Amino acid sequence: MAAISGGGGGGGTGAASRWHYLDQIRRNPGPFNEDSDVSDEALAAWDKAKVLVIGAGGLGCEILKNLALSGFKDIHVIDMDTIDISNLNRQFLFRKDDVGKFKAEVAAAFVEKRVNGVKITPHNCRIQEFDEDFYMQFQIVVCGLDSIDARRWINATLVNMVDMENQDSLKPLIDGGTEGFKGQTRVIFPTITPCIECQLDLYTPRAAVPLCTLATIPRQPEHCIEWAHIIAWDQEKPFPSLDKDDPEHITWLYQKASARAQEFGIAGVTYSLTQGVVKNIIPAIASTNAIIAASCCNEALKIATNAAPALGFEESYMMYSGDDSIYTSTFRYDKKDDCAVCGNLAKPLAVDPAWTLQELLDSFAVKPDLQLKKPSIRAEGKTLYMQFPPGIEEQTRPNLDKTLKDGLGLEPGFEIAVTDPSFPALTFQFILKFA
Amino acid sequence: MTEIITSQTPPILHGPSEKEKKYDRQLRLWAASGQEALESANILLVNSGAGAVGVETLKNLVLPGIGKFTIVDDAVVNQADLGVNFFLEEDSLGKLRSECCTKLLQELNPEVQGDWFPKSVGTLDLPDVLTTSPRYTLIVYTNPIREEDLATIEAYASQHKVPVVSIHSAGFYSYFRTSLPGTFPIVDTHPEVEKTTDLRLLSPWPELVDFAQEMTKDIDALDDHEHGHIPYVVILLYCLEQWRQSHNGANPTNTKDKREFGKFVLAKSRTNNPEGGEENFQEAAAAINKNIKLPELETGLEEVFNYQLSDEFELQSTFWVIARAVKDFYLKHGCLPLPGALPDMKAQSSVYVKLQNIYKAKARRDVHEVLEIARANTGGKDVDLAEVELFCKNARFVKLINAKAPEQQLNQIYDTEKANDAAAEAMKEETSGAFSLPMSNFFIYLALAATSHNATAPADAIITTISSKIPNAIGDKRMLQVAQEVARAGGGELHNISALTGGMVAQEIIKIITKQYVPIDNTCIFDGISSRCQVLRL
Repeated sequence: MAAISGGGGGGGTGAASRWHYLDQIRRNPGPFNEDSDVSDEALAAWDKAKVLVIGAGGLGCEILKNLALSGFKDIHVIDMDTIDISNLNRQFLFRKDDVGKFKAEVAAAFVEKRVNGVKITPHNCRIQEFDEDFYMQFQIVVCGLDSIDARRWINATLVNMVDMENQDSLKPLIDGGTEGFKGQTRVIFPTITPCIECQLDLYTPRAAVPLCTLATIPRQPEHCIEWAHIIAWDQEKPFPSLDKDDPEHITWLYQKASARAQEFGIAGVTYSLTQGVVKNIIPAIASTNAIIAASCCNEALKIATNAAPALGFEESYMMYSGDDSIYTSTFRYDKKDDCAVCGNLAKPLAVDPAWTLQELLDSFAVKPDLQLKKPSIRAEGKTLYMQFPPGIEEQTRPNLDKTLKDGLGLEPGFEIAVTDPSFPALTFQFILKFA
Repeated sequence: MTEIITSQTPPILHGPSEKEKKYDRQLRLWAASGQEALESANILLVNSGAGAVGVETLKNLVLPGIGKFTIVDDAVVNQADLGVNFFLEEDSLGKLRSECCTKLLQELNPEVQGDWFPKSVGTLDLPDVLTTSPRYTLIVYTNPIREEDLATIEAYASQHKVPVVSIHSAGFYSYFRTSLPGTFPIVDTHPEVEKTTDLRLLSPWPELVDFAQEMTKDIDALDDHEHGHIPYVVILLYCLEQWRQSHNGANPTNTKDKREFGKFVLAKSRTNNPEGGEENFQEAAAAINKNIKLPELETGLEEVFNYQLSDEFELQSTFWVIARAVKDFYLKHGCLPLPGALPDMKAQSSVYVKLQNIYKAKARRDVHEVLEIARANTGGKDVDLAEVELFCKNARFVKLINAKAPEQQLNQIYDTEKANDAAAEAMKEETSGAFSLPMSNFFIYLALAATSHNATAPADAIITTISSKIPNAIGDKRMLQVAQEVARAGGGELHNISALTGGMVAQEIIKIITKQYVPIDNTCIFDGISSRCQVLRL
């Protein structure tokens, strides 16, 4: 009996039959995209589409492979990182000999060599080093990032770029993320559908252990490690600066933490836990990256070809969970009018009038919809505290110890504006309320 | 201080090995025991059709370091393969697909062994491969598949009790199905940490009662610092005792009483301090809802307790010996063995550590009691302490997969899923679209399964095949649309859908091999148009 040929006709020898399977889908409308334009002209336009991939790590490697095998011909990839040995269990475009090289460069070269006819341009740098002109050249942006700050930055940039007069200024943003057996895919049409900032409260910042617990009453191995990391390191300064990737530095912290744990009778400090706590390591595996990256690229393909309806306008968020059987949920989010990026209303900000300004600023780091580490603040147009430049910082520093109501004279209804150097394009607007 | 820190820049002691560094991000999920299981696994892929989904599955198993894989595939690489399969290159054209994919997959991880069959074009003999190879741990095959190959795989799996995963990916759709040999119990299910706390506040043992009484006997005489650092477990035990005295000995177990009890606890907090309250009392009030409750069995464990063993093979497993011992323990004491973990709570270090040790000591005693019961039971002579420990720690969340044969025929499932969809549709209309339930993916499974041996069947042929088992499928609009969508693919795979499906299948295989986390039971259907999965038992 002859072998079963899946494609029936895929056995041709010309390069045209290379995309036989993809053409089945993009040249033949189905029952869910009856009105799609599948003409040669439409497909030719798609061939010219430029896609930007942000991140060449666990998701990024998969995304580059998937886009190349979805027929995208012109791809750029940005990543500032170099390859580490702990990447090799999932970042499948890298080999042991590549450790230390730039991820973007190695990944781009590998996929270009493997898939004929695709051009991949690597950029070994931070996304913040490019301006709007750079981002304007792409039709779709796909993100595989592990940093919330980078997501917020690209989101704000793409939203700001939208010019209602120019349809091409609207760049769909597809964002993936994973943790262990779980992950999520989001599709954003900037200014039209809810943006990453609208959904920021989906990432709850990890609750910090109070300093006094670390300093005086540790109970968990993590408390001992944080003590070594935050307090002992600062006091003893064993090396000029902490390099979390230097095994010698981690070993120092591990031994400090072990000694402290022993002193208090606490079990469970290990090298691996020390590394995990200090670097905030998130478990990551090849299979979850494969699922989420492919889901992102499936949406990119659907948006580019209209081969089927994509996520975005109705449900915009797909959550995957594989640790207890398999569950997916797709959600619809609403755009927030008081979103600092895509809305135009100020949010209420409830504060305790007896707080000092410092306490208010500290609360911004853990406020789920804000998560700012270096905030500067103005009230009714008057500067209360500025992180930069140093002269102004020094002038405004005395305000940090003043209380909001009695010390600074703030009243309910005051307009508060908060900025942070991580997001230069953003101003967070609030209306003050006393709790 | 101890003598561990003697120099400022100590040498690296017990640092991770090269292998631990490489696998660090996954060892945090399945630990050394899971890794060892993966490294002992020998996986067979019987590949066919467009062929990408099986290879993508293997990629996600080679990277984390399975022991060995073998690809059986008699296809010769053509142009269409290069457009969908990343583990082929220009030079592969005209060569054996099995050999080319094996070599490029092996590059991903030098620690993994790979092999392929046939060794030359046109010489594949699947029965011979199976009889002459070392035992496979698990077999994956992809559809479409020749009927005689399927029969060969099924015979081997049934004879050697080997799990089988079948996959079908076409266009925007895919499904995969796992067939496990007999029941599949999982002890190390990795439940969410928040769910695992078991403080036994309503049934404390003497040591815990003594500890709490000792700490609270002069509670009003404690200074503010001591009072503000009483662990919430002690606060709750103390308050429960007082509550029972004023409530005829009854515990606050219903919602209304719990609310009252919360106020009762907070009223004992000191407020004449700068903070105007005490954090430990707030923690106590917040812990009431989850921790003051009567013990009840999770359905998974109940199923284990009630399961009637019939299979000789299963009777011998230590899992069932220990499960029976835990059940005896449960019947005797009215509660499960104590897991023994104590969540973090505001407390002095030494007090917390003492309390932690009280929980740990009780857990250890329970483990030994279970061990004794198990060893006294038939077949339990050699039961291992470590295995009993793991079981007791996870007892509440132990699960049984594939416990019974599917209860429903396909046509019954069809009617159920149709009815669910109609209800979802009605709900959507009623709420003007504000509330919508997902539509069933079952029809996708039916349409794909109808092309298991004939990948390029047109929509009407697909409907005809389905209707031989499910007469109601004729004339159904959704069924027809799905059949048209399958026919549209013409047996072709989309790389994204196959990569995604390969990721899911690899996750499932890892769960089955490591016996950690909870595998699906037993079919997962993916719709790449609505981006949704549905798991059904078929």
